[in-house]
Amino acid sequence: MKGNEAIAEAAIRSGADGYFGYPITPQSEVIEYLMSERPHERTGMVVLQAESEVAAINMVYGAAGAGMMAMTSSSSPGISLKQEGISYIAGAELPCLILNVVRGGPGLGTIQPGQSDYFQAVKGGGHGDYRLIVLAPASVQEMYDFVGTGFELAMKYRNPVMILSDGIIGQMMEKVELGPQKNRRSREEVVKSAPWATTGKTPDRYHNIVTSLDLIAANQEKFNIKLQAKYAVIEENEVRYEEIDTQDADYIFVAYGSSSRICQSAMKIARAKGIKVGLLRPITLFPFPKKCIAEMAETKKGFLSVEMNAGQMVEDVRLAVNGKKPVEHYGRMGGIIPTPEEVVEALERKIIGG
Amino acid sequence: MAEITLQDIIKPENLVYSKSKVMTNNELSYCPGCGHGTAHRLIAETIEEMGIQGDTIGVSPVGCSVLMYNFLDVDMQQAAHGRAPAVATAIKRLMPEKFVFTYQGDGDLAAIGTAETIHACNRGENMTIIFVNNGIYGMTGGQMAPTTLPGMRSSTSPYGRDTILMGNPLKMTELVAQLAGTYFVTRQSVHTPRNVRRAKKAIRIAFENQKLNKGLSFVEIVSNCNSGWKLPPVKANEWMEENMFPFYELGDIKVDGKLVTK
Repeated sequence: MKGNEAIAEAAIRSGADGYFGYPITPQSEVIEYLMSERPHERTGMVVLQAESEVAAINMVYGAAGAGMMAMTSSSSPGISLKQEGISYIAGAELPCLILNVVRGGPGLGTIQPGQSDYFQAVKGGGHGDYRLIVLAPASVQEMYDFVGTGFELAMKYRNPVMILSDGIIGQMMEKVELGPQKNRRSREEVVKSAPWATTGKTPDRYHNIVTSLDLIAANQEKFNIKLQAKYAVIEENEVRYEEIDTQDADYIFVAYGSSSRICQSAMKIARAKGIKVGLLRPITLFPFPKKCIAEMAETKKGFLSVEMNAGQMVEDVRLAVNGKKPVEHYGRMGGIIPTPEEVVEALERKIIGG
Repeated sequence: MAEITLQDIIKPENLVYSKSKVMTNNELSYCPGCGHGTAHRLIAETIEEMGIQGDTIGVSPVGCSVLMYNFLDVDMQQAAHGRAPAVATAIKRLMPEKFVFTYQGDGDLAAIGTAETIHACNRGENMTIIFVNNGIYGMTGGQMAPTTLPGMRSSTSPYGRDTILMGNPLKMTELVAQLAGTYFVTRQSVHTPRNVRRAKKAIRIAFENQKLNKGLSFVEIVSNCNSGWKLPPVKANEWMEENMFPFYELGDIKVDGKLVTK
């Protein structure tokens, strides 16, 4: 099935309570698939086509505020529209899942794949000091799997989770192993797992309020400190990455999503030429695998960050390497996908010959 | 004849008025003379009388009533500016047995949230929208609102609203009454005891309609803003009667899904 369809099927099977979306290429299959599957009959899941991306993310806010497992999906220009709502969700500490099937930008850009929303996804995106947990799938199977993982992390930390995919993974067809259908939680289970949610006041508790507002600066600062402490715990516990052929490697490609698959082909070409190169694939972009990269900086000769953008993740790689070894970027933009040959040539020119 | 003491008067049988149990003890943040407090009380009393405190979820807007959640003793969410109808849509869809309402000012509902308002109404979401219209942005200090009357002064129309340059006031309530999804649409005020009684009746109907699964009920309350209008409270109410009511005519606009013919 397609990556976008895998996401939709995973949403139903994970026992999600609500999906709210608005069509945009290249991710419209998510809501099309959901609508065709009649999730209301399968699990009672609510699926609604909103009047805009803005309305959709605020529906997610409302659903998440009621303790429900809610998600939305969009692509780059639509994700920009959602940023206000995402900031409110982070500020109200609500769990939810947001899928971005990235296309090349800026502006209306192109409908072809891109990775140019990295900064927006991992550095906050909207206003205020906040972080999303960002998962980067590199296959249709991971599109499927990360829905369940994403909801788990979102609920565990009461924090929005973004699946940062791209037009290749969204549109690509691969075999997928589907998990069993999980039941949606009963209302009692929702109340128990989210005692802070607006599920209706009961005599044994004060009324619950979902808000991101605190007009007292000292309290707002306290809340900000608490958020930062939460992000520190996430950085400590939730870093995920994959290493391929890094043991004997002199050089390291750092790449996520589609770029990581192109790098795997590039590795074969390079190794055939006698260049020992390995791949570090960050699976979580926040938290970023800084420790792993810092350790590699002690023994490896150089790093090439391969991204379908002008060089965004490379900044985080440089921070982790901290000047110890050369770090360069290679990327294409505007919906152009780099070839493995180009990537090898860039490694030879920018790192080995540099 | 023995003298009547205060203790003789303070007896349960002499009680003629009390604060609704659905109001908290927090001090209201509104200016003296503002209609928000009365509107809050009517909602609280309706919830109390219907016995639905545990089944009501409210959504507060951005604006003067952003802190409504501190005053009403029900579960509440605070929405981004203009987005309350979208937030409430999801709450109601996921918990259809609950009573869900939004409480929004004119800037929130009729300017930045126009799309969310119209589409929630048009989908016929089975919930209640309470729309408090005072023709001005109160919270931010008296700027022109979508509902500011022609010629009316505000801090961003200091010489009066020039409709050629600044556009015309928007009659959102008449507009949503045209949509198939609205079942009950009315315009009320809370500046006299008689109007308070009428407004309360309208709010009750709006909440009862949710029980009957009738679609969207929309209650506009034309209110004052003495701070923004730069008038003392009594004068503000007089000004409202003389200027607001001729433009924003009080009364039912749509009842039982049918437009009221006048």
